Amino acid sequence: MISVKDVDLIFETNDGPVQALRNVSLEVEKGDFVSFIGPSGCGKTTLLRAIAALEIPTKGNLTVNGKSPDSARIDREYGYVFQAAGLYPWRTVEGNIKLPLEIMGYSKTEIKERIQKVIELVELKGFEKKFPWQLSGGMQQRASIARALAFDANILLMDEPFGALDEIVRDRLNSELLDLWRQTKKTICFVTHSIPEAVFLSTKIVVMSPRPGRITDTIQSTLPLKRDLNIRDSQDFIKIAQRVREGLKSGHQDEVL
Amino acid sequence: MKFSNFIYKFFFEGNFFPILTIVTVIGIFWYLIALPMNAEKVERKFKDLNTTEKIIKSWNLEKPKLPTPHQIVKEIVNTVFYKKITSKRSLVYHGWITLEATLAGFFLGTALGILLALGIVHNKAMDLSVMPWVIASQTVPILAIAPMIIVVMNSVGITGLLPKAIISMYLSFFPVVVGMVKGLRSPDQMQIDQMKTWSASSNQLLWKLRFPSSVPYLFASLKVGIAASLVGAIVGELPSGAIAGLGARMLAGTYYGQTIMIWSALFTAAFLAASLVITINIVQNFTLKKMAIIT
Ligand SMILES: Nc1ncnc2c1ncn2[C@@H]1O[C@H](COP(=O)(O)OP(=O)(O)O)[C@@H](O)[C@H]1O
Ligand SMILES: [Mg+2]
Repeated sequence: MISVKDVDLIFETNDGPVQALRNVSLEVEKGDFVSFIGPSGCGKTTLLRAIAALEIPTKGNLTVNGKSPDSARIDREYGYVFQAAGLYPWRTVEGNIKLPLEIMGYSKTEIKERIQKVIELVELKGFEKKFPWQLSGGMQQRASIARALAFDANILLMDEPFGALDEIVRDRLNSELLDLWRQTKKTICFVTHSIPEAVFLSTKIVVMSPRPGRITDTIQSTLPLKRDLNIRDSQDFIKIAQRVREGLKSGHQDEVL
Repeated sequence: MKFSNFIYKFFFEGNFFPILTIVTVIGIFWYLIALPMNAEKVERKFKDLNTTEKIIKSWNLEKPKLPTPHQIVKEIVNTVFYKKITSKRSLVYHGWITLEATLAGFFLGTALGILLALGIVHNKAMDLSVMPWVIASQTVPILAIAPMIIVVMNSVGITGLLPKAIISMYLSFFPVVVGMVKGLRSPDQMQIDQMKTWSASSNQLLWKLRFPSSVPYLFASLKVGIAASLVGAIVGELPSGAIAGLGARMLAGTYYGQTIMIWSALFTAAFLAASLVITINIVQNFTLKKMAIIT
């Protein structure tokens, strides 16, 4: 589905080059839920943006659905959920979800049906006509996810979508996101810096380290696909979380040396 | 109950009293300053007056150096309400002539400003080349250019509204360009990237993101632009013996020493400017409310 091979990405800045990614290799299979975890500045966003063709790797090979990232972008093969909800203040929830559909030229009836469907999916029924400022942060993020789900992209890229929310709301949205993933069978790449969130959501966890940004560990989850929040007390969960923590620590030690 | 509430709010919570205070202070100063300014003329025209009579005379001269507010108000009331509006002596007639040119110039200027802004935002070459010229255009004093525009256009047979509208346009396109460039560039990188992830065309980027984002900036510019348009129209009426319009009225006033006429034209112009800006403000509030940008 997504294949990353030996990718380097260097930003040329006024203070000289910044190596955001070094030697990153990764395979994402169809239907995977992959989390990227690591301290801030380790290149999680950059990697996601490179997959979305918003950044161009300096070196290496990157394909999305067997195409170059830019072709995949032009063919609208992914939906991208940014860190901030990024809703247009002059459009209602409905109007915001409609936006990409208008751009992609869906018919009026089709737009209506799709809005209906994703509004139900993210549980925003009754809020269609509300403007973003009338919604809580969690609801805004749901609207933003609905917008990325409304069109037929089979990949969903999410950059710390719940980073700004409190833990209670976040737990709830995590469960909802898992349900959503099972229902829609999308492939999801999810950036986070919360260990429990990464372990709870993922089929595969990618641990990253900064300076230069690289992958220190890739963990295949042993948890069952169908899970609820109680699984966080299970042995398996704790073991995986430990391994993530180890990965983060080892990356840190390399850096000190 | 409701009405008395409204009255209470109007007088005690709004800016009624601050404004009233300022107006009163200005009024008092005005009458005081009128005394020394008109004293010479009173001395020359009248002999053997006591102080009270001198004061009253200097506030009611026929051609004073500085006319007093009540003289100006009387002249305005007289020329607005007691003259047929088609008459050359009606301020409504002159005001309308100026207003026509102002509005025509304002629409031309707004259109030109928006077009230039679109060019600047969409085209790298225009971005680098147009803005310096736009700024240079505003450093040339309009008083130097206005007569040239009038004379050149007259010589090819274009007179009346259009030359004045062109001068208005010349002044009013500038704030629109500056505001619109800023407004069209106001979406942040994330919003633009988001559009890119949907692989939106540059037209879609313009109409669905850049243009709606620029609306608040546009209105701020329009308010400056309409006031500049009015100045342009009046300046356009000053040279070459224009016979109608507030500018012509001011010029005629200076020829014949009719200071009251000058000041009443001036006040009418100020009143026009305020009405135009307030009108745009109302449209702005309505539009932004409709767009849910302000609540
Ligand atoms: N557009 C850019 N220009 C220059 N440097 C950048 C840019 N974007 C990110 N970086 C740098 O690349 C590194 C990785 O950033 P990022 O991918 O945002 O990290 P993360 O999302 O993991 O916090 C950081 O050191 C950051 O300063
Ligand atoms: Mg980031």
